[in-house]
Amino acid sequence: MNIGHLFVIGATHHRTPLAVRERLSLDADGASALRDHLAALSGLREFAVLSTCNRIEFYGVAAGAEVAEQVCAAFCQRQQFDPTEFARFRLDLRDESALQHLVEVAAGLDSQILGETEIFGQMKQAYASAQAAGHTGPVLNRAFQKAFQAAKQVRTQTAITTGQISVANAAVELAGTIFGGLADARILLLGAGEIGEKTAKAFQSRGAASLTVASRRLERAIELATTLGASALPFEQREARLAEFDIVVCATSAPDIILPYAAVCAAMARRPTRPLFLIDQALPRDIEPSVAELENVFLYNLDDLARIVAENRAAREAETLKGRAIAGEKARALWQQVAALVAATSPAPSHDLARPGAAASAPETR
Amino acid sequence: MTLPFTDRTWLWLAAALYLAGFIQGSIALFKRGRPAGGATYLLILLGYLAQLAGLALRGRAVGGCPLGNSFELYQFTAWSAITLYLAVGATFRLSLLGYFTACLASTVTLVSLLFPSWDAGQRVRIFGHNPWIELHAALAVFSYGAFALLALTSLMFLLRHFSLKSKRLGGWFSFLPSIRDLDQMGLRLLAAGAAILGFALAVGAVSWTRPETVVNLEKVVVTMVVAAAAFALLLLRLRGILPARRCALACLILFPAALLSLATVEPSRGRVPARPAPAAR
Repeated sequence: MNIGHLFVIGATHHRTPLAVRERLSLDADGASALRDHLAALSGLREFAVLSTCNRIEFYGVAAGAEVAEQVCAAFCQRQQFDPTEFARFRLDLRDESALQHLVEVAAGLDSQILGETEIFGQMKQAYASAQAAGHTGPVLNRAFQKAFQAAKQVRTQTAITTGQISVANAAVELAGTIFGGLADARILLLGAGEIGEKTAKAFQSRGAASLTVASRRLERAIELATTLGASALPFEQREARLAEFDIVVCATSAPDIILPYAAVCAAMARRPTRPLFLIDQALPRDIEPSVAELENVFLYNLDDLARIVAENRAAREAETLKGRAIAGEKARALWQQVAALVAATSPAPSHDLARPGAAASAPETR
Repeated sequence: MTLPFTDRTWLWLAAALYLAGFIQGSIALFKRGRPAGGATYLLILLGYLAQLAGLALRGRAVGGCPLGNSFELYQFTAWSAITLYLAVGATFRLSLLGYFTACLASTVTLVSLLFPSWDAGQRVRIFGHNPWIELHAALAVFSYGAFALLALTSLMFLLRHFSLKSKRLGGWFSFLPSIRDLDQMGLRLLAAGAAILGFALAVGAVSWTRPETVVNLEKVVVTMVVAAAAFALLLLRLRGILPARRCALACLILFPAALLSLATVEPSRGRVPARPAPAAR
């Protein structure tokens, strides 16, 4: 019986609460020391460590069933974490299942924010570090490289990355459907609170260059404008200068309407050919709802944005089945390529240990 | 160079390729949930080449630009629209424009092929030996091609506008270009169409003023009404008097109106009996 196997063990956001993930997270020094420790394990032929805010995972090629336990023990020891408690949250997958998990993680199918692409970069970095340190070999090199290719395929053949799933990004995406590029769009932020700031930053991250902040407290507007590299506008000038802006983000805590129909109507008369995108993120609402009837004015409130986010999320979730099917197909093909290499890591045939695929202490399995 | 097949065979092939582009685009959009992109563009390009071959054969047969009957006028209009699409589509990468263009081109070309009576009276050398009148006619019909593409971008604008106002942004609405891109493209096409038609009228006017030329008043009036409508729309839009949505609506009407005006142009010419097909075709 072959006891050489490919494994992934660790803890992910699926079963591990944030408070536990905090205790399990590795800092740079800890990760380095742990890698040295793992490199010294005689049965561990190849390994790579993936550590993000949502997961800590060890991918390895082992020459014996006890090796994964040794990796676990080394990690728990480093983090001063009770191994019995760790077993409650543990992810433990072997061979083809481990490969499928690798592809799914790279594709963002296993991410907390489904379809997010940041994990792809983090995984590439983890692989590059392991490769540079000489911790990977023929199995993991092939596995990671093929997983990256498969992840790209999942993203292009499914819609798991389409549609924004945060309110701020959904607003920015909407602006794109009106203005195309945002480089020359002039944005007015009314309200200097956290929500407005988040939306303003989302606009800036998508290339918006002209941002103006207005708040009831001018000093707060100036403060936020300085932070964002924007300019400040006295709040009372908002109606008079409304025509200068293409996008207006309202996120104040004002109890009454701050942009009435008449003000928007007057502004549109001064800029009839340019569309005006109004985003009302305030509760109670800042913008009089009837402005939506105006020609060339597009008004979206919190409920509208929340509905778009929910639709996008549902659309992404509907695509996961398709994505997992591709990942499974790729993992099967990849496993056929590396199975012989993995089996060849088997040491003396006298070992009589647990079968590959067996998991200890009811771990997270497929 | 001698091309195989008759002109109508090439034009049938072109219509089939445009239709294939439309069907392929529909499958990609409604079944796979994404625009077809390059595949549609390729099918349209192949259709365009086939149509070019067909029109070249017809042009050789009639001894000039093939604008002698309704069939030829509609074929030339579709060809003009595709010419502009191939330039505009590649430059501005307006998502879904290829899909809509394939739909329009297949409709216009197939309809013109399905009515044999439209092609019953092929007439040779309708422009006599006056190259200016031929240029005038070719430019005027080419401008209708620009109005065809303008109608498509206007339709896309109205769909995008509807999706934004009604807050339905998912599905295939998500592949429509931004409202500003569509507006700007519409404005450019309107300006191009109006300029080409204006130039066509200026070229024609040079010949009309000659005493030996017989001017068909009905044709001149209809063409001038179309040109006046295009210039009026352009002016109102540039001055900000006509909002983008109403302008798009008017541009959408402009193309069918221009197309219908061809019906008044064609019968106004004296009917000449169809001549036997030349051996070259």
